[in-house]
Amino acid sequence: MSWIVEPGFFASPQVRTAVVIGGLTAVVSAVVGTFTVIRGQSFAGHALTDASATGGSGMTLIGIHPLLGFACGAVAGAGAMEAVGVRHARGRDLATGVVLGVSIGLASLFLYLDTTTTATTGATRHILFGSIFATAPSTVPLVAGFSVASLGGIAVVYRPLLFASVNADIAAARGVPVRLIGLTYLLALALAVGLSSLAVGAILSTALLIGPPASALRLTKRVGRALLTASGLGIGATWLGVLLAYDSADWLPGHNGLPVSSFIVAVIFVVYLVSGVAVRRATRGRVGAAPGLNLDRRATSRHRALHPPGEEPSCSPGS
Amino acid sequence: MFSGFMTNTWIVATVVAGIAGVVGFFVVLRASAFPAHAIPNGAFAGASGAALLGVNALVGLVVFAVLAALGIGSLGRRGRHDVATALALVMTLALGAAFLSRTTEYAPEIFALLFGEILGVSASEILPVAALGVVCLVAVALLYRPLLLSSVVPEIADARGVRSRHMELAFLVVLAFATAMTVPVVGALLIFSLMIGPPAAARAFTPRPLLAVALSIGIALITMWAAVASSYATNWPIGFFVGTISGLAYALGRAWTAWMPTHRSPGGTTSPAARLRERITGRLAV
Repeated sequence: MSWIVEPGFFASPQVRTAVVIGGLTAVVSAVVGTFTVIRGQSFAGHALTDASATGGSGMTLIGIHPLLGFACGAVAGAGAMEAVGVRHARGRDLATGVVLGVSIGLASLFLYLDTTTTATTGATRHILFGSIFATAPSTVPLVAGFSVASLGGIAVVYRPLLFASVNADIAAARGVPVRLIGLTYLLALALAVGLSSLAVGAILSTALLIGPPASALRLTKRVGRALLTASGLGIGATWLGVLLAYDSADWLPGHNGLPVSSFIVAVIFVVYLVSGVAVRRATRGRVGAAPGLNLDRRATSRHRALHPPGEEPSCSPGS
Repeated sequence: MFSGFMTNTWIVATVVAGIAGVVGFFVVLRASAFPAHAIPNGAFAGASGAALLGVNALVGLVVFAVLAALGIGSLGRRGRHDVATALALVMTLALGAAFLSRTTEYAPEIFALLFGEILGVSASEILPVAALGVVCLVAVALLYRPLLLSSVVPEIADARGVRSRHMELAFLVVLAFATAMTVPVVGALLIFSLMIGPPAAARAFTPRPLLAVALSIGIALITMWAAVASSYATNWPIGFFVGTISGLAYALGRAWTAWMPTHRSPGGTTSPAARLRERITGRLAV
């Protein structure tokens, strides 16, 4: 056993905190991220992690707990995106980019001021790359609170959110308040992102948000099952990453381990590649096996079963 | 501000802004802001890897930027670009973090790579940056027509035998070269900002592609010069100024589109993208 789990792994308080916070983060990111991937908003999800880094560095500057700053930054970023946002997918890309650019600019200023005024040169590395091992155990209740709020938000709007994510036009025609649902979702995303920024670092939290859900959506066409699979993959990757990072201290000279975020991301990336290979094997020869397509078809057919065709509004997919 | 070591900075900043203006025009047309953000981050990983191996940083920048571009291009088959881009981004950053943990670089140097450093430009860097810049410009000039067609009216480009997949890969590689040379000056995190703010504004002002490219270069130059001057004056990171001034340029473009009724075309389309499309299809029909 000791060649898999280095002695002292479970006794280490840092590891225990990391396992708890990492697990919570992985589940919340997986649930929220599944919708991010279905909605094709990976860029927005990533931009929000950077916006939350801005908040984190800004709050560090005035001496408030970074987690609060992370969440505030993410919520402000979500609001700005919604405000600048345009309807077309291409315009959305641009608007997201602009919000991201401004927020990184601000982050660079905050980080610069942080490092020059308080002389903590590690601030840059800490906020960007984070460290799950450096989390204080006292943050666990706070993280748990954010997780519940984020998951609760998703649970409340689950069905209309799914409908609006798969086909916004039909949903809007059926009277689903698409805009309001979208905003609720962005807020849940912002909370999830603030949380994972703390766990794996602002930039690498994108990995937990996108990787496991994208892999899960390749493996299964049912959304409920995808949520479970993504959570499982996320937790697995996080814990494996924590274990490997802990062990890596003994592989390398000087007992100086590699960063835990790198391991988590590497595991997530490998899972994504493997899921692609697995799906290509399974669907060889079949036509139209792309996940988005089947989801769309499934939602539409379910919708047709509920509402017989007749006054179906004409709609363009993927707008 | 204009003497001694700052001369190098002004030269490199001018080259960088020119390239960003040209390549950025296509970034905006193709809605490639996310790849334009992800590729320089890959370059950042390359720079930290080069520091670890003791190789010239520019080699690491170019190699990793091209790798990230090819990764995005090949993972993102069948249109699901955003997921592929996100994963390529985090994977290269994770590598970068691992490299950094093995080096004894000081935090300020990492900071400079991420957010840019105007004082760090030495005379020996001018030549490689200029050479890479020329490569980018020549590539864009050669690809100009097919790239424009496949970006604005992909279905017509398809009908004329332009392979959209090849165009995409070619463009990503050009983007990789363009970003690799700019990372040391503007920083990995903000070069994409210079590539979307000024071109987006330029596109709002005119539907004529060549004029828009020229305007885009002009606005990028103003942005960059203003950023260098303010950074020099305040000692604040240049990234802050590049990010906010680019955002301002974008806002100006949006405001112009929204409040200039005389600018509307007879067809009633006001979005810059739609006007450009209208113009190009009109030209092709003649």
